[in-house]
Parts: sequence; C-alpha cells; structure tokens
Amino acid sequence: MDLSTAFPTLVTDLPAAFSMSVVGLVGLAMIVLDAFRNDHPAIPWLGVAALGVSAAWEATHLGAPQSTVFFETLRTGGFVAFINLIILLTGLATILLSVPYLNQLRYDYGEVYALIMFSTVGMIMLGSANNMVSIFLGLETMSVCLYVLTGFIREDEGAVESALKYFLLGAFSTGFFLYGIALMYGATGTMALPAMAAAELGTLSTRLLFWGGFALFLVGFFFKVSAAPFHMWTPDVYQGAPTPLTGYMSTATKAAAFAALILVLVHAVPGGEWQLSVAAVAVLTMVIGNVMALAQTNVKRLLAYSSIAHAGYVLVGLSAGTSAGYAGALFYLLVYAVMNIGAFGVMSMLEWDGKEGREQTLSSLAGIANDRPVLGSTMGIFMLSLIGFPPLGGFAGKYFVFAPAVDAGLTWLVVIGVLMSALSAYYYLRVVYVFWMQSADDVEATDPVRAAAFPRATVAATGTLVVCAVALVVLGVFFGGVLETTLGFFESTAMATAP
Amino acid sequence: MFFLLATVAVAAALGMLIARNPVSSALWLVLNLFCIAGLYLTLNASFIGVIQILVYAGAIMVLFLFVIMLLNLSALPGLEEIEWSSVGGFAVGLALLSQLLYVVALQFELGMDPVGAEAAAEVGSAASLGEILFTRYALHLQVAGILLLAATVGAVLLAQRRFQ
Repeated sequence: MDLSTAFPTLVTDLPAAFSMSVVGLVGLAMIVLDAFRNDHPAIPWLGVAALGVSAAWEATHLGAPQSTVFFETLRTGGFVAFINLIILLTGLATILLSVPYLNQLRYDYGEVYALIMFSTVGMIMLGSANNMVSIFLGLETMSVCLYVLTGFIREDEGAVESALKYFLLGAFSTGFFLYGIALMYGATGTMALPAMAAAELGTLSTRLLFWGGFALFLVGFFFKVSAAPFHMWTPDVYQGAPTPLTGYMSTATKAAAFAALILVLVHAVPGGEWQLSVAAVAVLTMVIGNVMALAQTNVKRLLAYSSIAHAGYVLVGLSAGTSAGYAGALFYLLVYAVMNIGAFGVMSMLEWDGKEGREQTLSSLAGIANDRPVLGSTMGIFMLSLIGFPPLGGFAGKYFVFAPAVDAGLTWLVVIGVLMSALSAYYYLRVVYVFWMQSADDVEATDPVRAAAFPRATVAATGTLVVCAVALVVLGVFFGGVLETTLGFFESTAMATAP
Repeated sequence: MFFLLATVAVAAALGMLIARNPVSSALWLVLNLFCIAGLYLTLNASFIGVIQILVYAGAIMVLFLFVIMLLNLSALPGLEEIEWSSVGGFAVGLALLSQLLYVVALQFELGMDPVGAEAAAEVGSAASLGEILFTRYALHLQVAGILLLAATVGAVLLAQRRFQ
C-alpha cells in the first residue's frame, strides 16, 4: 500500500466522523473534569451540549448521498445520519432524565455520564459500519459501557445481579458473534460488507462455512436486540438496572444493533435466503414477549417483556426483505425509541423503593396520576402508542412494518403480529387504569405504601417527557415526510449497489 | 505439527477446567496459550504468535497468579467418583460420530483450498499489521482506545470503596 496518500485521505474523511469525535472527546473531557472536580454538576450538561451539537450536525446531513469513508470501513449519508440522530437524541434524553434520578439515589457520579458518552461512540460506529471490524468494535464499546452502567449501584444486590447476568451472557454471545465473523471471513476472504456479497461461494464447503458463520452472527445480533429465544437476560437485567439507563439500553442499543443488522442484510447478504428464519424468530419473539408480559406486576419487568415484543415487530419489517420493509423498520425504531425512553422516564420519576424500582408493584402506584397529572398523562400517551393506538406514532410505525410483510407474502406472520398487539392492549391499558382510575384506597394491604421518595421532577426531565409525548403525536399524524426520507435511503442504496 | 499442537491445546484447556487447584488451573492455561501461539507461528503469523506469548502467557498470567495468591484461594474439594464406563461410552460415541461425519464430508468434497504460505507470510509480519492498523483502521484504533478507557473507568467505578 502506498502510504503517502493515506494520511491526507484520513484528514479529508474526518468530517464524516464528526459526531463520533465530538462525543468521544467530550467524554474524555468529562473524565478529566471529574478527576479534578469530583462529581461536578456541570458534567452532565457538558454531555447534553455535545450530544445536542452532534444531533444538529446529523440533522443537516439527512439528505446527504450515500458513500463510504475511512478506506470503506464506515458509511456516511442519510441512513447513517438518521440512525445517529436517534442514538444521539436518546442519549440526550437519557442524561436529562438521569440527573434527578441519580441525585435521588446519591449516585450522581461524573463517570456515569462519561460512560454514556463512550457507549454512544460505540453505537455510532455500529450504526455506520461497512466492515465487520467496525461492527465488532462498535458492539463491544457499546456493551462494555452498558455492563458497567447496569451495575454501578453496587450497594443494591439486584443491580449487581443484573450486571453480572448481563456481562456473562453478553460475553458468551460475543463469542458466537466473533466465531460467526471468523467463519464468514474464512468463506469470503474479506471483512468488507459489499465485498462479501460479491464473493464467490463456489464449493459446497465454502457455502456451508458462510451460512454457518452467518447463523452464528445472527445469534449474536439477536441476543443484543433481545429476540427470542435469546431474550432470557432481558427481564432480569432491565429490572435491576437504574431506570433511565434501562430506557437507554432498550432504545439506543436496539436502534444501533438493528441498523447494523439492516446494513449487513442489505449489503452483505442481499439474496434474502434468510427471510424465513428471521420470520420464525419474529414470531417467537412477538409471542413470548407479549404472553409473558401479561402476568407481570412490576412495571419495569413488564416493559422489558414489551421491549422483547417490539423487537419482534421490527423483525417482521426486516423479514419482508424489501426497501419498504427496511424503511418501515427504521421508522419503527424512531417511534419505539421515543415511546420507550418516555415510558422508562416516567417510571424513573415514580420510583420510591430506592432499589431501582425492582420491588415496587404496579398497584403501589394506584391513582398516582391525580397527584402527578403531567407524568400520568404522558404515561398514558406512551402506553397507548405502545399498543399502536391510531392517532399516535405507534400505530403508524406498526402499519409500516406490517404492510411490507404482507406485500412480501408473509401474511401469516402479520396475522400473528396483529393478534399479539391486540393482546398487548391488556397489559398496557392496565397501567393506564391503575394510574388514573384507581386510588390509593384500592391498594391491598399487602402492598407497601409508597413513601414520598420520588426523584425531584426537574424542569429538564419533565420537559423531556412532554417533548417525547408531543413527538409521538406528531409522528402519528405527519408520518409521511419521515417515511419518505427513510424510504429514500434504500432506493439510493439499491442504485448504488446495482452494477 | 498442527494436530500435535491442537491436541495439546485442547487437553490443556480441559486440564484447566478440571484442575481443582486455582494455581494449577492457571498453569494449564499457560500451556494452552503457548500451544495457540505455536499454531499462530505455523500459520506464519509471527507477530501475533510472539505477542501471544509476551502479553498473554507472560504479563496477563503473572497478574492472574498474583490475584490468585492475594485472594488466597484454596483448592476446591475433591470430586466424587466418576463412572468411567459412561465416560468411555461417550468417547466411543464421539469417535463414531466424527468418523461418520468424516465419511459424509468426503462424499460432498468438503475440502478447503489452503491459502498459500507466501500470502500468509506477507500479511503476518509486524510491518504489514502496523501499516493496516494506522491507515485503514486508524479510526478504529482510537475507538478501541476509548473501549479500553471505558473498561478501566468501569472497573474502578465498580470496585472502588465509597468515599463519602
């Protein structure tokens, strides 16, 4: 390789990594500031500023043409900007919601916010990957930060338990993932995604090697997005992790991992031979997630099963294997991020047991909406949107992942999906019912009475929730523009990959 | 050469799992790491082979042993009597299965073309690794740095005493 051009190329490519660099450097600055001014209150706001600036930068690049940078290891363009926008805004909301929550628990360490930033760097790399090395590095950077964020409340055994489970199972799934990448590399001789599609899989042995590797690779991904039957860790981990960070885990992680999965499916294995296996996983995920959620009394555990179910809905869109399916999945990821970060945000504001809401039941929050009308009504909107109630974003999202699947001939899959989302209305509406229509007198004596130990509802945190709720209504009514944008990403990639 | 090293590596990995004493378990791991390094060397990946010995078998294993000795871990209690007949049966079954699979594999011509030794020698040197690491994967190197920093910060965050 001629090295004389390498450095200038890297410099000219640097703007493409703007968000990654800004978020990473500010994360480093936060660590340094924390070393000199321990737990300084400005640290989270530094993060908010960096994420906000990066999000604004990405928003101006939504229409950018698709291209690759850094010797074809990363992608740029509209798709990447869209995913980065979801990741950065989710990170922003998480920090705003975490500040009062961690203050209440007296765990407002500066390192926590820096780890959120580092995790965001990993997600950005994951969501813009064009190379297996980028995917793996992004995934690991993201995961290692999340393992720590799950368990940093060390005095609570539930948090430690969930962090240990997450770490052990996560490390195990990384093994599958890496083995899959190795086999795919062995079969094709390349790490770059488009080159994988172009590689000759002549003999039966190379084909076996490639598809075996791809199966292992999918197992690793399905673990990260908590699709059944690799979902076992999700309820325990979500229940024990600090609530706003659970929201971050369940939204930004899934957005980034699904984005990378879409990139792999579009660029590395465009044939669609995987369609039926992804559909089978989607069915399992939807059924297990929704049925198990019916019996939950703890809201965080309920939301964990619901997030499994929603991963299933996104997989329905993917299994269509068409541009419309991918575009619908992207739109769904946006809607899902908004409503889930909101739901976990409300729960973090309504937490009184000092154990990350691990032990408080739903009925202990009976009638809470009368005391906290803003939290109650935003929660109502999030729950209705999670069901997929018509004027809200959740409905539009579900429609645009289900419709392409019908067009692709997967009607049976969509029938199951619709039945399951009808089933989900029961447990989502129960939350709304308990919040609004019960009063504290209805609570059975066995449930502990809630103390006035809620985190202080700061303007920033409440504002975040209200903005999320408004965004859901807007997405539910004016979905056309967003959907056209996401559809545009795949039309242009199709043109780019065609000879 | 490959089969010798691979067999010893697998045996050493098993020994590490079975050993009841943490120190001997760690020493089995050293043997395993040496065998893996040998495999790298036979594949002409000289740089990775040497690094494997220096970093893993050297530095990391010393840390392992220090931690084991500092924690003063005692050996686990002995095993119950193993039923050797069932172990033997398992081994015979495994051998039969692998034979069958081998025959099937031959039928389908599942042979892989080996990569030429010259090509492997070319990419295995420290120079070519460094070249690719600082050009194509320059950004990835920075992110890997962030990953390591995050791991370090996280370890301190999880292990520190609460000081207020």
